[in-house]
Amino acid sequence: MALLSVKGVNKRFGGLQALGDVNLDVAENTCHAIIGPNGAGKSTLLNVLVGKLIPDSGSVVFDGQSVLGRKPHEINQMGISRVFQTPEIFADLSVMENMLIPCFAKRDGAFRMHAIESVRHESDMIEKAEAMLDEVKMLDKREMTASSMSRGDKRRLEMAMCLVQEPRLLLLDEPTAGMARADTENTIELLKTIRKERGVTMAIIEHDMNVVFSLAERITVLAQGTPLVEDTPDNIKGHPKVREAYLGEAQV
Amino acid sequence: MLGLTKQDSKLMLIVIGLVVFAPFILNPFPEGSAMAQFNAGYPDLMQRFVIFGIFAIGFNLLFGLTGYLSFGHAAFLGVGSYAAIWSLKLITLNVLPGIVFAIIVAGAFSFVVGYVSLRRSGIYFSILTLAFAQMSYALAYSVLTPITGGETGLQIKNTDNPLIGGPTDGSIGRANLFGAEMGNSFELNIGSWLFTFNLGYYIAAAFMLVAFYLSIRIFRSPFGIMLRAVKSNQQRMNYTGLTPKRYTLSAFVISGMFAGLAGGLMVAMDTQVGPERMFWTASGEVVIMTILGGAGTLLGPVLGAGFIKYMENIVSKINKDILHEWFAFMPDGLEDAMVAFVYPFIGKGWHLTLGIMFMLVVIFLPGGLVEGGQRIAAKFRRTKNAETPDGASKPAE
Repeated sequence: MALLSVKGVNKRFGGLQALGDVNLDVAENTCHAIIGPNGAGKSTLLNVLVGKLIPDSGSVVFDGQSVLGRKPHEINQMGISRVFQTPEIFADLSVMENMLIPCFAKRDGAFRMHAIESVRHESDMIEKAEAMLDEVKMLDKREMTASSMSRGDKRRLEMAMCLVQEPRLLLLDEPTAGMARADTENTIELLKTIRKERGVTMAIIEHDMNVVFSLAERITVLAQGTPLVEDTPDNIKGHPKVREAYLGEAQV
Repeated sequence: MLGLTKQDSKLMLIVIGLVVFAPFILNPFPEGSAMAQFNAGYPDLMQRFVIFGIFAIGFNLLFGLTGYLSFGHAAFLGVGSYAAIWSLKLITLNVLPGIVFAIIVAGAFSFVVGYVSLRRSGIYFSILTLAFAQMSYALAYSVLTPITGGETGLQIKNTDNPLIGGPTDGSIGRANLFGAEMGNSFELNIGSWLFTFNLGYYIAAAFMLVAFYLSIRIFRSPFGIMLRAVKSNQQRMNYTGLTPKRYTLSAFVISGMFAGLAGGLMVAMDTQVGPERMFWTASGEVVIMTILGGAGTLLGPVLGAGFIKYMENIVSKINKDILHEWFAFMPDGLEDAMVAFVYPFIGKGWHLTLGIMFMLVVIFLPGGLVEGGQRIAAKFRRTKNAETPDGASKPAE
């Protein structure tokens, strides 16, 4: 049974059919990549999954519950975390504070007036945050202001912030976009480790074929808002339809 | 101490010391000397220092942490004042219930204003709060006259007959705390120095210390981190499963309750209210206090409030004659020129000095007076470290 199941989703922006009858199943404990040329509707689909956009028709079911009509924070509380194309972190806060916020959100829910308790005394949360920072090898940067870090470290931090909530599904929106080659390699390694050690289900939107083929266990190719084909990476590489729509122009 | 870190306890103790010994600290010059006009240690002004300190501390919890600039906070102060005076007129001349009412009513009012205004952010939020405050002012001034006393405001009258313990001989009742009147003072003469210890001041000061303590606790709490997260990145908050709006609204209401407390204390000290307390310039004043002192810092708002109230009450009193006295040692022509040059900056022109100060702080010290103090301290520490050979290896506090 699929963890995330998208059925017959349509979305129009004026005259543009951004998504046309999208069907997609993300199975538990896999890394599912969604690829496609520019304007294929990848980002629109992602925004539907996180509650930022509401589709005109169709259904999106996560773990047996519909996500449609729920707000982004409710969808997060269901167990879906999102990594953005440009890292979205709390830039003015320290790395440790950045980590503590998702810890509190996971424990206390969407809102809690814990105004008198001291952060220093939240040793459980601090331990959890430190363990996660250690896992992404950022423990030595815990007191740094997040904005002063490199792009790669910001991406690492954002990933750690998502993972510390132990999400059932991690959505990644072009996690290596605009990154230097070394940072890209690091990110791939990080994602591989996370995938192997934590067994977290991932859905990844990516342009970089290198990233896609080193991570994905299942690939859906989207073209003009419609899924063209869904298969394993090996089969996708040689698929004539895919070559025609997309891979013909990319180097594999 | 009381769940604070060592550093915060130190700060708290310094503030307690300053507040308790304020009658001494603010009266450094002997009576009758030429400098006596710079003494600020009289009850009325000291009360204002701490009351506006509370107002600014509360404002800073909203503006300093979440970055939402409310331009209508004086409305909550005014509403608190009206609530307190009605309590004095109708229920009891004891100030405590009045202060409690002021906090509750201001909190409820700020919930309504915040709920509507927080639908927008940035400049539109500021304009919405400003609109609410000006509406409150206009209503208090005209339509709501039966409740607010209109233009003349409200005072305690000899016809008032509070439920508990009003005066029976037809005299005008005075605000008190379990019988001790706010105006009670103890005067201490040492040589030619005169120090006044006023009950009202110490009651207001006790409330300010509580407010300051709460502000430290909120700054260091998970809630405080969430408020700073609101300022930093609301998008990430949403995708982390949090509701930034509810956090901001809570901060708004807490901050409104602090303003209500300040308003209630104002009435306790001086039992009268007028609508001008809610005028937009009063809202602007607390913004200036907070930014001048250092928005987002613990001590900044208190410093800013003290600084502005000192300027307003002391610098504004210097007149031409005093200037002539100061520069009397100069030759006649130069004396007149000097007086003509300095005069626009003092007396009624004190706003000019304040304006220049404010501009300089915003441009050169974005962290306000607190940042200025930190920079001086850092410079001082560096020179000291350079002198001691092992100083450089010591971690900075």
